[in-house]
Amino acid sequence: MLKDTIKVQNEKETRAGFGEGIYEVGKKNKDVVVLTADLAGSFKLEPFIKDFSDRYHEVGIAEANMIGMAAGLTIGGKIPYTTTFANFSTGRVYDQIRQSVAYSNKNVKICASHAGLTLGEDGATHQILEDIGMMKMLPGMTVINPCDFNQTKAATIAIADYQGPVYLRFGRPKWPNWTSVDGSDFVIGKAQIMSEGTDVSIFACGHMVWKAIEAGLALEEKGISVEVINLHTIKPLDTEAIIKSISKTKAAVTVEEHNIWGGLGESVAHVAAANFPVPIELIGTKDTFGESGTPEQLLEKYGLDAPHIIAAVEKVLARKNA
Amino acid sequence: MANVEELQQLATQIRRDIVRMVHGANSGHPGGSLGCADFFTALYFDVMKRKPGFDMDAKDEDVFFLSNGHISPVFYSTLARAGYFPVSELATFRKLNSRLQGHPTTHEHLPGIRIASGSLGQGMSVAIGAALAKRHNGDDNIVYSLHGDGELNEGQNWEAIMAAPNFGLNNYIATIDWNGQQIDGPTKEVMDLGDLEAKFKAFKWQVLVVEKGNDIASIIHALGEAKKLLVNNVPVVILMKSQMGYGVDFMVGHHEWHGKAPNDEQLTSALNQLHNTGEFADY
Repeated sequence: MLKDTIKVQNEKETRAGFGEGIYEVGKKNKDVVVLTADLAGSFKLEPFIKDFSDRYHEVGIAEANMIGMAAGLTIGGKIPYTTTFANFSTGRVYDQIRQSVAYSNKNVKICASHAGLTLGEDGATHQILEDIGMMKMLPGMTVINPCDFNQTKAATIAIADYQGPVYLRFGRPKWPNWTSVDGSDFVIGKAQIMSEGTDVSIFACGHMVWKAIEAGLALEEKGISVEVINLHTIKPLDTEAIIKSISKTKAAVTVEEHNIWGGLGESVAHVAAANFPVPIELIGTKDTFGESGTPEQLLEKYGLDAPHIIAAVEKVLARKNA
Repeated sequence: MANVEELQQLATQIRRDIVRMVHGANSGHPGGSLGCADFFTALYFDVMKRKPGFDMDAKDEDVFFLSNGHISPVFYSTLARAGYFPVSELATFRKLNSRLQGHPTTHEHLPGIRIASGSLGQGMSVAIGAALAKRHNGDDNIVYSLHGDGELNEGQNWEAIMAAPNFGLNNYIATIDWNGQQIDGPTKEVMDLGDLEAKFKAFKWQVLVVEKGNDIASIIHALGEAKKLLVNNVPVVILMKSQMGYGVDFMVGHHEWHGKAPNDEQLTSALNQLHNTGEFADY
């Protein structure tokens, strides 16, 4: 049960997990190089810059050039990490990623903060809700959206030893932090079971894993047995874990801070349709842009908070039991 | 310097390859390819320090990036003639299951290619990254790149042009194929580049202009001068005034030949103008 397994340690920004992770991996792996498009502060890069200044490149507000430079840096064996907001990491530079990184199969790590609605007050120009879709459509691209500070740190370290292009997505706000401090519970491509259950599967990624847990705790109170699964790796997707879970629960809800078109939910629904069809509800933004507001206000307004997840669970359970 | 006459014969053979490849595929880009045959010959057979064989990392050797990937025929012919893959493979250009895709790619593992190009404006950024990788690796060899002049319409170039001098690169020489033509017409009419020399200088580059961009000796001389200038820790750009379609009279200077294949008659006419007098043979 979630109430027994989930112990929140603190609240920290996932992007700060990146900052700690990049320092650690930079210390360990001398091929790691960091590029930023005028956002060193947002990515908490100060310790890396201080100790590894020769492996740090400020490229200015020029994301296209940054992606191309990163592709070039891999020729010679470097492992470049690019850092800018999720919108400027993907939509702004899609063709650069497509040709110079993905099609060229370059070992570039595209690290994107401020993803989704939870960046808050900056509003829709910055709240990209289409990036998972864009990235997962690129052949050969790995897409990871860790759930909390510890996991973002672990993922930042893990991708250095993972050959091939990676899109690592995280966010801006302070967020509950509960996964293991040493990151030992994070494996790229492997679903993380937050709680085992028998009535319904809730698949989530990124910040929304916490919302799934909040919803799950409330559902447990009502006597519903919930299996919450963190699908931090959206591609390659752990299809085996999905099939195993829905074969047992026979009902699923997906939750993501992303448009339901093109995101995690669509991938999960495809796995179910092709292998073990069950009632599924997709929680995410419904083909809309965001707006200014606090993260919590936005998650409520756009239907991504715990009450909406609970309502979705009740809906799939009704269909399952009909 | 290698014997210039021999290099000219090789350039002629590369031109024969280009028109035959484009004719064989009934598609492709002969104009810019012919115009840059002398540059490629000078670069690969005289100027560049190259290791035998091919590895992606290009450590301890010079490296070249083609940004205007549509002139793939000249690139493929040069690579084949330089021994990266069999010359006979040129016959597969643009055909199904070929490693010689319409635009260059690493995807098919063709030796000699280190980045995909075709969507324009990306090559200079890649070259800057590779130059920085050489710096990180303590490798003092040089990165070369080639770009179309029309390609400079793309904004990413200007991000890269702004960045390269600011990284104090002492190992990067870019060349612009300044033939004044692009698909829709002369560059002056489509999107006037203005004073290109002044533009690069304003972005803090060292600039060399090659007036005779189809003269191998002039190109070799310019690349040599460019290498000397790198001592200033500032990248060098060579503005190379080539002629699109050079070597085939009915193609020279005509933007219509940017991306059009010759028919049988035109091929015969072209090959008759490109006399194969050296030791080289058609694929």
